[in-house]
Amino acid sequence: MTDIRPAIDFANFTCPLPLRDYPHVILGHGGGGALSRELIENVFLPAFRNPLLDRLGDSAVVTVDGARLAFSTDSYVVRPLFFPGGSIGDLAVNGTVNDLAMSGARPLFLSAGFIIEEGFPISQLAAIAGQMAAAAREAGVVIVTGDTKVVERGHGDGCYINTSGIGVVAADVLLGSQPIQPGDAVIVSGTIGDHGMAIMSVREGLEFDAPISSDTAALHVLVAAMLAVCPEIRLLRDPTRGGVATSLNEIASLAACGIEIDEARVPVTPVVASACEILGLDPLLVANEGKLLAIVPGDAAADLIAVMRADRRGQRAEIIGRVIAGHPGMVVMKTPFGAMRVVPMPIGEHLPRIC
Amino acid sequence: MKFLTEYRDVEAAQRLAADIGRIVTRPWAIMEVCGGQTHSIIRNGIDQLLPEGVEMIHGPGCPVCVTPLEMIDRALAIAARPEVIFCSFGDMLRVPGSRDNLFKVKGAGGDVRVVYSPLDALKLARQNPDREVVFLAIGFETTAPANAMAVKLAHEQGLRNFSALVSHVLVPPAIRAIMRSPGNRVQAFLAAGHVCSVMGSWQYPPIADEFRVPIVITGFEPLDLLEGIRRTVLQLENGRAEVENAYPRVVTEQGNVVAQDVIERVFEPTDRAWRGIGVIPASGWKLRDAYRDFDAELKFNVSGIKTSESPLCRSGDVLRGVLKPHQCPAFGKECTPRNPLGATMVSSEGACAAYYNYGRIVQINACRLDDGQCVVPHITPSAP
Repeated sequence: MTDIRPAIDFANFTCPLPLRDYPHVILGHGGGGALSRELIENVFLPAFRNPLLDRLGDSAVVTVDGARLAFSTDSYVVRPLFFPGGSIGDLAVNGTVNDLAMSGARPLFLSAGFIIEEGFPISQLAAIAGQMAAAAREAGVVIVTGDTKVVERGHGDGCYINTSGIGVVAADVLLGSQPIQPGDAVIVSGTIGDHGMAIMSVREGLEFDAPISSDTAALHVLVAAMLAVCPEIRLLRDPTRGGVATSLNEIASLAACGIEIDEARVPVTPVVASACEILGLDPLLVANEGKLLAIVPGDAAADLIAVMRADRRGQRAEIIGRVIAGHPGMVVMKTPFGAMRVVPMPIGEHLPRIC
Repeated sequence: MKFLTEYRDVEAAQRLAADIGRIVTRPWAIMEVCGGQTHSIIRNGIDQLLPEGVEMIHGPGCPVCVTPLEMIDRALAIAARPEVIFCSFGDMLRVPGSRDNLFKVKGAGGDVRVVYSPLDALKLARQNPDREVVFLAIGFETTAPANAMAVKLAHEQGLRNFSALVSHVLVPPAIRAIMRSPGNRVQAFLAAGHVCSVMGSWQYPPIADEFRVPIVITGFEPLDLLEGIRRTVLQLENGRAEVENAYPRVVTEQGNVVAQDVIERVFEPTDRAWRGIGVIPASGWKLRDAYRDFDAELKFNVSGIKTSESPLCRSGDVLRGVLKPHQCPAFGKECTPRNPLGATMVSSEGACAAYYNYGRIVQINACRLDDGQCVVPHITPSAP
């Protein structure tokens, strides 16, 4: 593909690829889609390149003195800070715990860094801290170190949180070493889009008979149960920003396989489906904070579903599709009408449609 | 979801598709006017259910696609001003002007906000009396009532820091322009259900008579679309050219007279440039003189900004149904959803973007046939 626009001239810039036509960071660079990927590949990977980072997993797994450690970090900038089903505090714990869990790790320790805007009410900060503590207790992790910075009024948006986490990966966990292959099944652990639509409905002032609650939850217990019944699970991902569509596209491209999903089997609650209709959004692109995608051997899928449904975090687990040899790198979806359509990698921010 | 799931029934859809298959005896080219219909056709794969020979041409009914380049450039110039809070519907943010888009203006420091309703922009104007709040009032007859109402309320409430950059377009003049264009292939229209819910069906019989063209007012759900197509094909096969209402649960003959009244008070017809098509006489609405204080074009003196389209982009031919997207030399090469040259590649409703993804489906089917040996011209294998 030829890029007809002039490349940007950065002084001393070592980027091997032109940064397209974006001289500034735009919101889409944080959307988790193709633009985020481009930023990482053009700015961060060239600067930091090493074999551990190059895998671009949810967390890195390093071996230290024979012990396998999973290490991950994530920053939380959600607005509003409090929403139905949780708060930024819940996300900050569960999000990083889940990044570790996707490596098959048992999460152990978290750090918590706060960037707080001058004028932010102490009472709200205390409420956030309380919710972080409760989430950490429930997940069985300990917050062992932290940092606090205050920025001038107008330089932050209330409160941002960064958490990093460390967990141990048991010696018998094979996750990540088993290649994804045609015939593997694609599993989602429950209904999709709940978190993103909970946030959107608060932001847009939408009220539904049954309010939409965020699905924020720690998933490592569910993951442990899954690995116990099927050590050959190929890969786990938590489809947060960018939603299921982004994660599936990443997986297809990583595995150089095609993925085919069946729209009718993708679980979406009626209220999330309605909210998406009203706001012109696609549930496949909406963020989740307590769901995982699993690529598993096809013949183990039914047993896994049974185990997952026995856990409250996986009650509505479904086999939504399969890995195929054709069209490597692409995700396609069978519509309920029997037609096929491509599920493209979203480019930047997920934009509501005008009509 | 009541009122939705019953219009998505799979068996009923297959029955309707089979009905269409029984009716059709020769090829027909039908244009769905509205971008929302295009979106639903692509999203649900309705076109793949149709019998061979029934071709859907994606019309110019996506407001994001047809808003002219110079209007985008005017919007960008206003949005870049430090005193301005620029409000827009979400999918306008990625539409390329001649150099930038609203996302980039925002990244460079412009205060650009996504709103769902022009009334939200009005609220922002009230909350920020020291700022100028500008709303990008685009769309067809569907978005016009709320946009007109926002301007009317701003006038009544004396909100002098609110203005609208108006680029409204209208369906009936576009249908006439398509029927009159040289090389036109369109033989029938699915008229846009939501536009007709506002304006009624009374505007269409003169068009059906003048051009001897069937027009079926159609909704957006799979069964709505298939029923609209079925009735259209039936008319074509029987040699009839009438206006039919296949969306009676929403559309009446007279339409929403309250909305029409607000529009009539605030807007008046004007010649309007359509991106890729050119100027169509009396095909848009602009603010009446009584509301000129709320006209952002005058307030920020941007009327002088004139821009021409990329010479590579042939979206006009695509919008008129003369050229298929993949027949454009720039398709999939200089022009992709990631780097769109024209607006038809920008919006998910745009014909080129839809074709780009559809083309990737063609590639998939080719892969299946040839067991992995897949060569389809014009189509890049990479993700957009």
